[in-house]
Amino acid sequence: MRHLLSISDLSKAQAISILDTATELARVSDGAVKKLPTLRGRTIVNLFAEDSTRTRISFEAAAKRLSADVINFSAKGSSLSKGESLKDTALTLQAMGADAVVIRHSASGAPQRLADSEWMLGSVINAGDGTHEHPSQALLDAFTIRKHLGKGSPDLVGIRVAIVGDVLHSRVARSNVLLLTLLGASVTLVAPPTLLPVGVESWPVKISYNLDSVLTTVDVVMMLRVQQERMSDLFFPSAREYSRYFGLNADRLKLMSPDSIVMHPGPMNRGLEIAAEVADSARSVIVEQVANGVSVRMAILYVLLAGQPLEAGSK
Amino acid sequence: MSVALSAPDISRALIRISHEILEANPSTHQITLLGIPTRGAHLALRIAATMSQIVEHEIPVGMLDITMHRDDLRMRPPRPIMPTSIPNTGIEGREVVLIDDVLFSGRTIRAALDALGEIGRPHTVQLAVLVDRGHRELPIRADFVGKNLPTSIAQSVKVQLTEIDGVDEVLIEAI
Repeated sequence: MRHLLSISDLSKAQAISILDTATELARVSDGAVKKLPTLRGRTIVNLFAEDSTRTRISFEAAAKRLSADVINFSAKGSSLSKGESLKDTALTLQAMGADAVVIRHSASGAPQRLADSEWMLGSVINAGDGTHEHPSQALLDAFTIRKHLGKGSPDLVGIRVAIVGDVLHSRVARSNVLLLTLLGASVTLVAPPTLLPVGVESWPVKISYNLDSVLTTVDVVMMLRVQQERMSDLFFPSAREYSRYFGLNADRLKLMSPDSIVMHPGPMNRGLEIAAEVADSARSVIVEQVANGVSVRMAILYVLLAGQPLEAGSK
Repeated sequence: MSVALSAPDISRALIRISHEILEANPSTHQITLLGIPTRGAHLALRIAATMSQIVEHEIPVGMLDITMHRDDLRMRPPRPIMPTSIPNTGIEGREVVLIDDVLFSGRTIRAALDALGEIGRPHTVQLAVLVDRGHRELPIRADFVGKNLPTSIAQSVKVQLTEIDGVDEVLIEAI
């Protein structure tokens, strides 16, 4: 494996091996010394052409714990904001000897373009592209679910997950549907019809418009952020109405089984898709997702970078 | 392909190593065994069981994965990371005996010393191996050796243990 662009490139065995590696690496994060020498001398560039807190910091922490050198590069304050093309940026990174680029971009497919091009030879890791995919988030979500509900099993067979909210704009939902079903979980999407993408009927999921009835039957509820910045249209009449039908509040939480967990990829709109008291409740694993994110991203960097470097030009 | 050690040979060698470790470390309560996965970890469990029987108290045993500390990671496809488990007694100030199946270039043991350094500072670190096949690339030697097996660099030594391979034997194969 050279790049991580989409969950659809992963086999079930590869996905499980990343999760297993992350489990071992999580012990490093718990230990007294949080640093391993594995990627010493490697350069990893965080190329963030779109805003991010969690993902960028998480990749940075993961790279640093493996002793790689990290260069952070965000659109604001770089030549990207002067209109430099992706190609010229990539050529610059190649000239500086980047071994891997972690890219977040508002255009779906930008990481694929970078990986398929001859512009740079290093690994490309998709850290979220437009409304396409966010594979590292899906892997950390699967890791979190497996840790809480996996009962020692390597996959997620038999676990029922509801993904609720703005599926239309959510790359997290797309990656999660692919990964969770790959690992054997059953997924139900819950959203107003306006926030479901065209062609969703062909996805390997169930679809529901009624959150209350779904909550009683699932082990995991994953709330999605309402992505107002991507909404060029009116998708629901008002925030209050959305919240009433599709927001997770304390009353709805009571409908769920006592072992179930509440997830959110962050950043949260408290009071819109999730009530503050739910986000801060004992059933919420939202903060733990962030901690797991570092272990999972260490595993991704390890799998892509620690092994044999590939010959120039090979894919 | 020839059999260098049979099941009874391996069993005798492990019993002898157990006695030698106890001889070299009179304060037996200070000993901690750490096996290097995967086969070293199983050897460590066997040696710990024999030693515990002899001294009539539990000898702490764990395993130490050294993958992340290897210097040859870039020369091969990525290896899976194995579990590390350190006994509750820790390694601080203790007589740590590393246990591996084959001692060859010495690079695994160098990596193990680095990995140990991240966990704590043992009083001493000793090394027990089932087979020493020579061809060292680093100034490292074993304190306890099951069998010295002079080999050519063109041969490979394969250790098989019941726990993993269903049979106890050491084979020498031509590559």
